[in-house]
Amino acid sequence: MDKLPLIIKREYLAKVRNRSFIVMTVLSPLLVVGMAALVFFLTKANNEERKVIAVLDEGNFFREQFKDDASIAFVPFRDISLETAKDSAQHAAYYGLLYIPEGRDIENAAENIEFFCKESPGLGTLSSMEGVIRSRVRDVKLRNFGVPDEVLGEMGRNYEINVENFTGEKKLRGINEMKAVIGGAFGYLIMMFIIIYGAFVMRSVIEEKTSRIIEVIISSVKPFQLMLGKIIGTSLAGITQFVIWIISAGLLLFVLAAFLGISMGELGGSRIPPDAADAMNNMSGGMQEKMQLYIAELLNISWGVLLFSFVVYFILGYLIYSSIYAAIGAAVDNETDTQQFMFPVILPLMLAIYVGFFSVFNNPHGPIAVAFSLFPLTSPIVMLMRLPGGIGTGGVPVWQFVTSIVLLVVTFLAIVWLAAKIYRVGILMYGKKPGYKELYKWLKYS
Amino acid sequence: MSNLLEVNDVSKKYGQYTALNHVSLKVPEGSIFGLLGPNGAGKTTLIRIVNQITYPDTGTVTFDGKPLQPGHVALIGYLPEERGLYKSMKVGEQALYLAQLKGLSRKEAKERLHYWFDRLGIGDWWNKKIQELSKGMAQKIQFVVTVLHNPRLLIFDEPFSGFDPINANIIKDEILHLRDKGATVIFSTHRMESVEELCDDIALINKSQKILDGKLVDIKRQYRSNTFEVGLETENKEALRSELETRFTVSGAVFKSLADELKLRIQLQNGHSPNDLLQYLVSKSTVSHFVEVIPSVNDIFIQTVKDSDSNG
Repeated sequence: MDKLPLIIKREYLAKVRNRSFIVMTVLSPLLVVGMAALVFFLTKANNEERKVIAVLDEGNFFREQFKDDASIAFVPFRDISLETAKDSAQHAAYYGLLYIPEGRDIENAAENIEFFCKESPGLGTLSSMEGVIRSRVRDVKLRNFGVPDEVLGEMGRNYEINVENFTGEKKLRGINEMKAVIGGAFGYLIMMFIIIYGAFVMRSVIEEKTSRIIEVIISSVKPFQLMLGKIIGTSLAGITQFVIWIISAGLLLFVLAAFLGISMGELGGSRIPPDAADAMNNMSGGMQEKMQLYIAELLNISWGVLLFSFVVYFILGYLIYSSIYAAIGAAVDNETDTQQFMFPVILPLMLAIYVGFFSVFNNPHGPIAVAFSLFPLTSPIVMLMRLPGGIGTGGVPVWQFVTSIVLLVVTFLAIVWLAAKIYRVGILMYGKKPGYKELYKWLKYS
Repeated sequence: MSNLLEVNDVSKKYGQYTALNHVSLKVPEGSIFGLLGPNGAGKTTLIRIVNQITYPDTGTVTFDGKPLQPGHVALIGYLPEERGLYKSMKVGEQALYLAQLKGLSRKEAKERLHYWFDRLGIGDWWNKKIQELSKGMAQKIQFVVTVLHNPRLLIFDEPFSGFDPINANIIKDEILHLRDKGATVIFSTHRMESVEELCDDIALINKSQKILDGKLVDIKRQYRSNTFEVGLETENKEALRSELETRFTVSGAVFKSLADELKLRIQLQNGHSPNDLLQYLVSKSTVSHFVEVIPSVNDIFIQTVKDSDSNG
C-alpha cells in the first residue's frame, strides 16, 4: 500500500493541472454569480416597466378602487363612449382597457365587465383586477345588508393555528420543511458531487485504457490500489474545486451585494405598498418573536450529528458510486460506450432526489421516506433530508439510523469488491463492447 | 547454470476458454529466452502471470527459487505489447512516477533517468508532453522506464514494433548490453530474425500448450534434415541431376552465386555422411558451393505449429 500516496498524488495533480478543470474552477462561480446578477437586473428592469390600464367605469361603481401598484397604473376615463375609449387607449399605447358597463346594480355591472387588450393579458394582471372587483362587490353587498364599516374592516383578518406537541412545547409551522430543505441541500450536494466527480473517475480510467499505459502500471501496483488511488485523488481534486467554488462564490456575492446594496433597498421598498408596510410595522413585534423562535429551532438542530452523518454518508455514498463508475470505465473502450451502463447508475440518484423533495418534505417519517433512507443506493441523500429532525424521539428512530449505516457499509464493501473484480478484468480487455452478461462472466474469473 | 524463472505446470482458464494448459518452462539466468507462438496462443497470459497481473488456476511459478510474491515486481521490468504513456503528462515527470511505482526513490530515479536519457540522446525531451512526441520516441521512453530499476528479469513483448531500423538496432544493442551485465531477458515476438539473432533458448506455445522448448542450438540440431545446398559446375546439368536423383533425394535450390551452375538441395539418406556426398560430387563435377541447410526458426515455428494443429 506504500504506493497508494504516489498514485493519489499523480491523479490529483493530473486533474488539478488539467486546463479545462482550471477553467471550470475559475469560471463557474463567475458564471453562477453573473447569471444571478443578470436575472436580478432583468427582473428589476421588467418590473420597472409598468402596465398602464384605462378604466371606463360607466356606472361609477368602482370609484377609486383600482389603485396603482408597482406593476400596474390605472387611468380613469370619464364620460366617453366605449368606442372612443377603445380608440384613445389604443392610441395612447395603453396595455388595455377595462370596461365596466352601466348596470342595474354593482353585481349586474360586475357580471358584464370586459377587458380589451392588444395581446392576451397576463394572468397576474387579470387576477389582481378580479380581486379588486370581488372585494368591492362583497363590501357593497354587505354594506347593503347594514353591516357596519368597522366589521367590514375586520373581515379580512387571517387566523393562524398555533401548534404544540402533547407535552406543551410550541412547534413552528413549516419548520419541518425548512429542516428538510437544509438536509436536502446536503443530499443534493452529495448527488452533484457523485455525478460530476464519478464521471471524472470513469474518464480517467478510460484514458488509461485508451493510452495503453494501464498494463505498464499494473505490472507495478495492484489494480485495486490503482482504482482506490484514482478515486481518492479525483475526489480530493473535486473537494478542492468545491471549496474554491464556495469561497469565491461567497466573496463574489458579498462584493455584488455591497455593490448593489442601495438599489436592492430601493427595490424592496418600492415593492411593498405603503399600507402593507404599516401593517408590517404593527406586526413587527410578533414577527420578531417568531423569527427568534425559528432561529432557535434551527440552532436546535443537532448540527454535530448532521455534519458527522453528512461526512459518513458522503464518503460511503461517493465511494460506492465512484467504484461503480470506475468499473464502467474499465469495461468500455471509449466514453460513447458507457451509455447503457450510465442510466442504472443515475436512476437511484434521481429517485432519491425526487422522492426526497416530494415525499420526505411532506412526511419525513412516512413509510416511503423510511424505505428510501434505508436502501443503500438512496440512503445517503434521503437520510440526510430526514436527519435535521434529529435522532431519537421526534426524529429518526435510532434503529433506522443504525440499520441504514450498516446496510450502507455492507453494500459499500460488496460493491467495491465487485467493481474491483470487473475493473481488474476490464482494464486489460481491448476492443470489446461488453454487455451485462459479459460483466457477469468477468466476476467469476479468478 | 541456474534458472531464474521456473513455470511449473501452470494452467489458466477464462470462463470456458483455456488460455494455458499445463505449461512448464525454465528460463536460465543470464539468457535471452524467446517466447514464441501464434496470436492468441497464450503468451501474453503467461507473461501476465509472471508479472502477477493475473494468477494461475493451478501450477506454480518460482523466481530465483522462491514462489512468486508481490515483492518480486520490483525485480521485473515489463514492456507490454499494448503499451502507452499518459498523453498530457510531461516525459520526465511521467518517467519519475513510473520509476517510483517500481520502488525507486525520487532522487535515484532522477539520476538514472538522466543517465539513460543522455545515453539514448533524448535528454532534451524531459519537459515535453507525450502528445508532442512521435510513436518511436514514446517507445524509447517506455524502454527506459522498463529497464530503469535494473531488474533481474526483463520481459519484452514485441519490443521492436514501432521502431525504425536504426532505433530498433539501438534497442537491440541495449538489450544485449543488459544481458551482458547479468539481466535475464524474456522476449516475446513474431519477428523470427530477431529471435534467430538474439535468443539462446526458446519455447513455442500453440493453442495454450507448450509444444517445443530448449536451447536454440539443440532445437536446430534436432530439426536438421541432413540437407545440403550444392553448386556444381558441369558440362551436362540434366545428366548429372538425373544421376544424383537415383542416389539421393534431390530438389532445386535458389541461392546467389557467380558461376552458371547446377543448384540443388540434396538430402542424405541414413548411412551417408556429408563426406560421402562431397566425394561423390567431386568425382562428377567441380563443386563451387557446399553448405548444410540449417533450419531457420521461422521454418521450425511454421512446421511445429502445423504439426501440432494437425495432431490436435
